[in-house]
Amino acid sequence: MSRETSLVTADWVAENLKNPDVAIIEVDEDTTLYGQGHIENAITFHWREDLQDGLIRDLISKEKFEALLSKNGIANDTTVVLYGGNNNWFATYAFWYFKIYGHQDVRLLDGGRKRWELDARPFVTEVPVRTATRYVAKERDNSIRAFRDEVVAAIGTKNIVDVRSPAEFSGELAAPAHLPQEGGQIKGHIPTAKNIPWSKAANEDGTFKSDAELNEIYTGAGVDLAKDTIAYCRIGERSAFSWFVLHELLGVNNVKNYDGSWTEYGSLVGVPVAVGA
Amino acid sequence: MRTCGATPGGPSLDGIDLATQTVIQGVILKEGVDDSVPNGAPVTNGHVRLLDASGEFTAEVPTNQSGQFRFFASPGVWTLVVQAPGARVEHKVSAQRGVPTDLVIHI
Repeated sequence: MSRETSLVTADWVAENLKNPDVAIIEVDEDTTLYGQGHIENAITFHWREDLQDGLIRDLISKEKFEALLSKNGIANDTTVVLYGGNNNWFATYAFWYFKIYGHQDVRLLDGGRKRWELDARPFVTEVPVRTATRYVAKERDNSIRAFRDEVVAAIGTKNIVDVRSPAEFSGELAAPAHLPQEGGQIKGHIPTAKNIPWSKAANEDGTFKSDAELNEIYTGAGVDLAKDTIAYCRIGERSAFSWFVLHELLGVNNVKNYDGSWTEYGSLVGVPVAVGA
Repeated sequence: MRTCGATPGGPSLDGIDLATQTVIQGVILKEGVDDSVPNGAPVTNGHVRLLDASGEFTAEVPTNQSGQFRFFASPGVWTLVVQAPGARVEHKVSAQRGVPTDLVIHI
C-alpha cells in the first residue's frame, strides 16, 4: 500500500492502453459520459447496476463478482486501473470493493476522468471486447469495512471522520449539491465525528495532494492515526476516497469505510445525532 | 458566431420543484463576446465546481453536450469555478429558494 502501488498517472495509462495485462475500467453512478467518450480500451462498471446487490442493500455476492469480472475478461493477475468522473468518487469505491474481494493489483488513475479531459487527452466511443476469463475471488475482507453496530460503538472511542461537505455535516443540506435535496432521513452527523471533507485531499484538478499535505489534513484536524478510524459520507463513495487516502496513500492500516454511511445511520431509530458545525 | 433565439442559460426546469429547491444553473460558452446576448460555442468538456461562502468544495458537475450545468444548493452566496482545457473562471452568485439562478458564463 503506497502511492507507487496504488496510483498511476495519466502518462502511465497512455503508455498502457494496449497492454493486454491491464484492464482499464471507468466507474460511475451514471455511465452516460462513458457512452459519449472514454479512455481507449476502457470498459465500464455502473456503480448501481453492476456493483450493488439490488435486492438487499449490500455489495454483490462473491459469485456475482466473479461472474462480472470473468465476463469482462479480468483475470486474477490482471492489473486493474480504475477511473471515473465525480473526482474519482465511484472509482475509489470500486478500488475498495476490489480490495474487499482480494484482487491483487488494482490501481487508480490520479485525477480520473477530469484530469484526462483537462489535459485534452483523447476519448473514444468504441467499446472493447475482452476475452472472458474464470475469475476466482477471495472471501470478503471485512477488515476495511465498518457496519452500523461498530459505528455506534465507536462514538467517543474511535476516530470517526465525516468526509461530506460542511453543509451536509451541519445539517443544512441532505445530499451533495448536484443532487436534488430529497430523502426521508434526518440531517446531521454522527456525534464526535470530525468533518474533514474528502475534497481537502484533492487538488482542484482532482489529483491527490502530496503525502505530507495529506498527513497534515488529518493530524492537523486532531485525528490520532494510531487509533482505529472509520470514514463515512452519504452512500460510501466519498468516504472510499478518503479511505483510499488514509489506507493506500498514507499506509494507515486500521481504517474502515462505513458504506452504509449517512443514508443508513440517518435512518436508524434511536441512535444519537449531532447538528451544527 | 453570434447566436440568437435559443433560451440562454441552464437546462429546462420542467419537473423541478422550485418551491423546495434552490437551483443554480447555467451554460458555459467560449469563443464568443461577453455581452447581453449570449453567443459563442458551448463548452462540452468543462467542469463546474460549487464552493460555499467559506470557499469549501460542495459539489462538481461536468458540463453536458450543450455546455450546461445545474446545482441544487441552499440559499446564500456561492462561488462557481469553471475548469476546461486551458481555462479557469470564477463566478460569485447569490442563490435563493424559488427563483432559479440562471447564468451565462464565458471562458
